[in-house]
Amino acid sequence: MARMKNKRKNWILVTILVIFIIIAGAIDWPSGVNIKVPKPKVTFEKKVPFVQIHKNGYLIDYSKNINIRQGLDLQGGSHLVYTVDMSGVTEKERTDALASLQKVIENRVNAFGVSEPVIYTGKSGNEYRLTVELAGVKDTEQAMNLIGKTAKLDFRELDSTGQNFQKTDLTGSDLVRANVQFSQTTNEPEIAIEFNSAGASKFAAITARNIGKPVGIYLDDQLISYPNVNQEITGGKAQITGKFTYTEARNLAIQLDAGRLPMPISVAEQRTVEATLGQDSIHRSIIAGILGILVVSVFMIIYYRILGLFSTVGLGLYLLFTIALFKLFSVTLTMGGVAALILSIGMSMETDVLVFERIREELRNGRTFAHAATLGFNRAWTSIRDSNAVSLIICGLLIWAGGTIRGFAIVLALGIVVGLTTTFLGTRALITLISKRKFVSDNRLFNVEREQGSK
Amino acid sequence: MNLIQYRKWWYIISLVIIVPGTLSLALWGLRPSIDFTGGTQIEFSGTNDKSKVEELAKADNIENFTVTTSGTGLIFRTKVADVEKEKKLKSDVEAQISGAKETRIDTVGPSISKEITRNAILMTIAASLVIVVYIAIMFRKVPKPANSWEFGAAAIIALLHDALVVLGIFSILGHFFNVEVDPLFITAILTVIGFSVHDTIVIFDRIRENLVRGSYPDFETAVTVSVNEMLPRTLNTSFLVWVILLVLYFFGGSTIKYFVLALLIGVFSGTYSSILNASPLLVSWENFKASRKKR
Repeated sequence: MARMKNKRKNWILVTILVIFIIIAGAIDWPSGVNIKVPKPKVTFEKKVPFVQIHKNGYLIDYSKNINIRQGLDLQGGSHLVYTVDMSGVTEKERTDALASLQKVIENRVNAFGVSEPVIYTGKSGNEYRLTVELAGVKDTEQAMNLIGKTAKLDFRELDSTGQNFQKTDLTGSDLVRANVQFSQTTNEPEIAIEFNSAGASKFAAITARNIGKPVGIYLDDQLISYPNVNQEITGGKAQITGKFTYTEARNLAIQLDAGRLPMPISVAEQRTVEATLGQDSIHRSIIAGILGILVVSVFMIIYYRILGLFSTVGLGLYLLFTIALFKLFSVTLTMGGVAALILSIGMSMETDVLVFERIREELRNGRTFAHAATLGFNRAWTSIRDSNAVSLIICGLLIWAGGTIRGFAIVLALGIVVGLTTTFLGTRALITLISKRKFVSDNRLFNVEREQGSK
Repeated sequence: MNLIQYRKWWYIISLVIIVPGTLSLALWGLRPSIDFTGGTQIEFSGTNDKSKVEELAKADNIENFTVTTSGTGLIFRTKVADVEKEKKLKSDVEAQISGAKETRIDTVGPSISKEITRNAILMTIAASLVIVVYIAIMFRKVPKPANSWEFGAAAIIALLHDALVVLGIFSILGHFFNVEVDPLFITAILTVIGFSVHDTIVIFDRIRENLVRGSYPDFETAVTVSVNEMLPRTLNTSFLVWVILLVLYFFGGSTIKYFVLALLIGVFSGTYSSILNASPLLVSWENFKASRKKR
């Protein structure tokens, strides 16, 4: 009975494994999966990860959306460091102010369409700094303009003559958000703006005063839009409509957003990284990595025979799953990350070696293969657990350290977890599958000498 | 084969490597890359004319600079950042050396890097403490007279050994061959530490198992048997990692060459220290405790 149950359990495991392989394979496929779902009549404001609203009318457009993100060193791009002028902010509020600045710039860069910027703040001495890393952006001038531009936004109403706009007390500092959305009725791009509570009441007062009249939106004293007020707007939310193209609407939203930088920033450091430098490195390193894996596989097969074969299959699964995870979690792959990946392969092989050495030991003690395999996995577990737990703890600490180290630690941690999972679910299931077959009674299949006269 | 018996020799070999390295570290330190010192670094491709660039830099009144050849061209560095002078130099070089092109310009403020370095050092200390505590807890069942804290301490000594070997060798390389350490080097040190502990724990785990089983006459025998039992796996794993690293070293990108070298040295040292330092240290410690008791 128990044996039947175990057998069934193993088949369930194998089935799950196959399902995972299919999913991971679909994610890994270079062109991505091509799933298109027509857009319903709902507008999403936020980008849901991996589900991006496409302007050509699809809610889900999976094709080529999942790529491994390459870091600055691999893809080239800009690395910009800003010093933040905190003179207008009280000591107490600085940490919060810095966080909100980071958020604003993050929104802005996202709106600009740069894939996954890396933005972090820091304090060195008395100086507050903000670092922006834009992989793939070669034009630093453009990037600097986009990020650092502190444009002044304000809203104006017509004076008594009805000829000229005059300033109101509503300015960019009252804005919480400005972003592009598509009109629910006409499907045209429009700009959604949102005020804070003070701004909302100011906006309500202004719109109440100006029903039927235009309100001017000025950026750096330039009139950029003058929508007509149809009714008093109290919720602090409004849309700016007009005959915008998507790009125009997006730029306008970015400009609006630019008007509400909480404090001035200035460029302290600027690096441009040429892509070719990185491309050469990554190509060579990937080829080297594949070569290394091949050599290791050959060694494993020669030394552990049939077990080595399973380990090579396990290694294949490991790579399949890791790449899928990289894509799913949008892990930014840097040179350090590539190195961590290759190292984690080494660690994953170590798990296999530990288990296989145990199995061989048990075989030498004269146990049947099925028994030896079970014992091997069970007894190797404590040392595998302890050594990997320590590695994971170190990774966890390093993720706090930041910078290149962070990327390295994340990749290594992911690699360790995936490695353990593949060995203890994948390789184990496969080995269990063959463990009852007749042919495995020949110990030479495992490079184990036949022991004479043992129990 | 009784490796533990010759433990004095293994300690001496370790010291022979560590002492000069540590001396070099104390005397000359490491040669920090621009990431740590701050300043400006300009890379030119399409030229190897070092003296011409030096001449041009002098003509542009740039002080305290170095020009080094790299695989793809020249690297120009100066610790003082002066945008005007840099622009002048760039245009001079591109105008006067045919084929020369500026490929990269870095302006680095040292304060940011200091943060990362400090974080890395703090994290290493934190990690070491966590490792000691983790081992002490996981090995709490080792039979007396052994003590689980001794296992933790021995693992940390092996860890320090490996870190010092890599740091020392890079200090010597830095002094004599201008090899610089960059942020990736920090990553390398951390990896080496991780690997070292990994290796050590796997052997300690076997020692624990054999001690608990209690079928060996004394502590030293148990350790000797354990080390011998784990030798194939330790050597196999280290060999596999070495193969991958060697391939990376010879065929990988130039940007990671020294990173990989640090790992090669560190992994070798890690294997050495876990077999020939950490485990023998446990024996030395137990024998020392026993001899004190006798007196």
